[in-house]
Amino acid sequence: MKQLFVFIRKEFYHVFRDRRTLLILFGLPLVQILLFGYALTSEVKNIDLVVTNVSNDVLGQRLTNQLRSSAFFNVQEQPLSPTQIESAFKKGQIKAALIIPAGFSADFTKARHATLQLLTDGSEPNISKTVLQYVNAIVQDFQRAQQPVTSISPVITPEVRLLYNEEGNGSINYVPGVLALILMIVCTALTSVAVVREKETGTMEILLVSPFKPVMVLVAKAIPFLILSLANFAFILLLAVYLLQVPIAGSLLLLFIITLLFIATSLSFGLLISNATNSQQVALLISMMGLMLPTIIFTGFIFPLENMPLPFRWISNLVPAKWYYAAVRSVMLKGLGLADVWKEMSVLCGMTIVLLSITVKRFKIRLA
Amino acid sequence: MVKPYSMKKNNLHTPPDAVPADTPIIAAHLSKSYNKGTVAALSDVSLEVKKGELFGLIGPDGAGKTTLFRILTTLLLADEGQAWVSGYDVVKNFKQIRRTVGYMPGKFSLYQDLTVQENLTFFATLFGTSVETHYELIKDIYDQIKPFSDRRAGKLSGGMKQKLALCCALIHKPAVLFLDEPTTGVDVVSRREFWEMLQQLKQQGITILVSTPYMEEAVRCDRIALIQNGRILHVDTPSRITGAFPVNLYAAKAASIYTLLKDLRSWNQVESCYAFGEWLHVTLRQDTGNGQALIREYAASRAHAQVVVQTIAPTIEDSFIRLATSNTLPYGSGH
Repeated sequence: MKQLFVFIRKEFYHVFRDRRTLLILFGLPLVQILLFGYALTSEVKNIDLVVTNVSNDVLGQRLTNQLRSSAFFNVQEQPLSPTQIESAFKKGQIKAALIIPAGFSADFTKARHATLQLLTDGSEPNISKTVLQYVNAIVQDFQRAQQPVTSISPVITPEVRLLYNEEGNGSINYVPGVLALILMIVCTALTSVAVVREKETGTMEILLVSPFKPVMVLVAKAIPFLILSLANFAFILLLAVYLLQVPIAGSLLLLFIITLLFIATSLSFGLLISNATNSQQVALLISMMGLMLPTIIFTGFIFPLENMPLPFRWISNLVPAKWYYAAVRSVMLKGLGLADVWKEMSVLCGMTIVLLSITVKRFKIRLA
Repeated sequence: MVKPYSMKKNNLHTPPDAVPADTPIIAAHLSKSYNKGTVAALSDVSLEVKKGELFGLIGPDGAGKTTLFRILTTLLLADEGQAWVSGYDVVKNFKQIRRTVGYMPGKFSLYQDLTVQENLTFFATLFGTSVETHYELIKDIYDQIKPFSDRRAGKLSGGMKQKLALCCALIHKPAVLFLDEPTTGVDVVSRREFWEMLQQLKQQGITILVSTPYMEEAVRCDRIALIQNGRILHVDTPSRITGAFPVNLYAAKAASIYTLLKDLRSWNQVESCYAFGEWLHVTLRQDTGNGQALIREYAASRAHAQVVVQTIAPTIEDSFIRLATSNTLPYGSGH
C-alpha cells in the first residue's frame, strides 16, 4: 500500500514538473471552452443589415427601428441604389439588405398589401437562412403591432420555442462536447504516454525486476490521471456555468457518476494503447488519430449524426464519447434522471469491462 | 610451445530442485533468438557464478550480454535451456528472484525529472525497505553524490548518474547484483572508481555479475566469461586466460605501421597480425623462440625503418581475439 502511494506521488511529480503535460491538462480546457463558447459559435448575431428606406415614411421608419432594436442585427440605414447594393454584395461588404419601397405606409394602411425586398448573400446559406427567419419574425411582430387586434384574426400562428435552451445559447451544445474531448485527451493520451515513457527510458525494466506487482504499475499510472480528470471536470463545469452561463439542469451527482464511468473507459483505452506500443510518439499518435478524431466526428457535437450515412452511424456506436455526450446532454441540459440515461451508462460500463480485461490479460510481466 | 590446458566443457545437468546454494547464478544451455529465429542472440550458453564472486561478462557490442542479463533477471524467456538465480528457477520462481536481486540496466534508467533523493526514496520504497535500513551498504557511494541530493537526476554527470543508479540497485541489499555495462559512457576516472566500489561490495558478500565491452576492465574480475556472437568462448580467471595463451606474442612497430601490417600479413610465416594501439601484435606459425629476430629480419628485408620488436605478455584482448578466431587458430588443447 505504501509502495502504491509512493508510486502515485512519483506520477504527480512527473505531471507537475512537465510544462507540456500541465499545459494539456489545464490550458487545453480553457482554450477549448473559450474557442467553442465565443469564437467558433454557429449562432448568428450582430449581422450587418443595410436598410434602404426608399419610402421614408412613418411605418418604414418604425420597421427600421424595430429591426434596430433586435440583438441580431447591426442596422445601417443607407440610401443605396440597386446597382450600389449589388456591388456592395459582390465586394462582400454587406451580408443582407432590406429595401423598403416607396409608398410603404400607404400600401400598408390603404391597399392592405405591402411588399418588402430582402436580399441576402446566398453563398453563405446558414447566415442567409437565419437572416430570413429573423426578418420574417420581426416583420410578423411589426404587422401585428400595427393592426387593430380585431380587424384580422390570423388562422394559424406558429409559436416556436427552443426547448431546453430558450435563449438559443450555442455554448450549451459545446460544453458536453468539450468535456468528452478533454477527458478523452487527458485519460487516454496522457495515460498511455505515461506508461510508455517508462518503457522508453528503461525504468520499466527496473520496475519489473522489483517486488512491485507488474499490474499495479497500471493502477499506479491510472489513479493520478483519474484524479486529474476529475479536477478537470470540475474546472470545465465551473467555466461553463460562470463564464458561458450554461445551466446545469439535472443532478450534479448523476453527472459526476456518468463522468466517472467515462473516465474509466478512457483510462482503459489509454492503458490498452500503452500495452501495444513501445514509443511515446506512437502512443500519442494512436490516441490522437484513433480517438480524438472519432470523438470530434462521431460524437455529434459538431456534425449531426442524423445526417450521416448508415455505416457511419454504426461506427459512431463504437465511440465511447458518443454515449457520454448523449448522457451528459440529457442530464445537464434536459435535466433527465437515471431512468433516461441508464442505456448510455451501461454501454460505457460494458466498454470499460471489455477494454480492461483485454488490458490486464495482455499485460506483459516481462519485456517481450 | 603449446601449453597444456583443458577447456572444461560446462556439464550442467543440475536437476531443477537440487540447485547448489553456493552457486547463485547458473545458466544451463541457454539459447535465445529474435525475429522468429532469424537472429540468434544466445546459443547454448552455460556458466556458473559462485557465491561472493565478481564475475565479468566480457564481449563486444551485440555479443548477447544484455540478452543473457535479461534472461537471468527474468525479463526475457529463453527459447531453450534453464537458469537459476539464488536457487530459484528464472521462469517458475521469477517473483522470488525479483525480490532478491539488484539490477542496473545498460541504459541509465532512473527518473530524470526526479531528484537524487526522490529517486533513491522511490526505489527503496518499491523494494519494501527504506533508505536508512541498508544505508551502510551504500554510504560510501552515496556520500559522493550527497551534495547533489536535491538535483534532478537528469542534470547529473555520467559518473554521478551511474553512482546513483548503483545506489538504487543496492538499496534493498540484494544477494545478487546484475550490472549491465555499468561503465559504458563514463569517464576513465569514474570507471576506475566504479570498479573499486564493486570490490568493496564484493567484501560485503554480494555476488556480482557485471558485463563490459572494455577488455582492460576484465582483470578486475575474479573470473570472466568471454562472449561473442552469442557463444561463450571461455570461462576462467583473467590471469589463467592470458596465461593459457599458447604461443609467443610479439609487438612490432615501424615508421610506416600500415605498410608493416600489410607486409606481415602477406608473409607466410605469420599466423596472426592485428593492430593494437600504436603496435602490431604478431604470432608466428613455427615459433622456435627466435621470433623477435625473424620479424626484425623480415621487416628489414622489406625496407622498413625504425623497426622495434618485443616479446610481450598477452592481454585479455589478445586472448579474446585468438579465441574469437579459434576455428582457425588453436587456443589450448580444447581445440
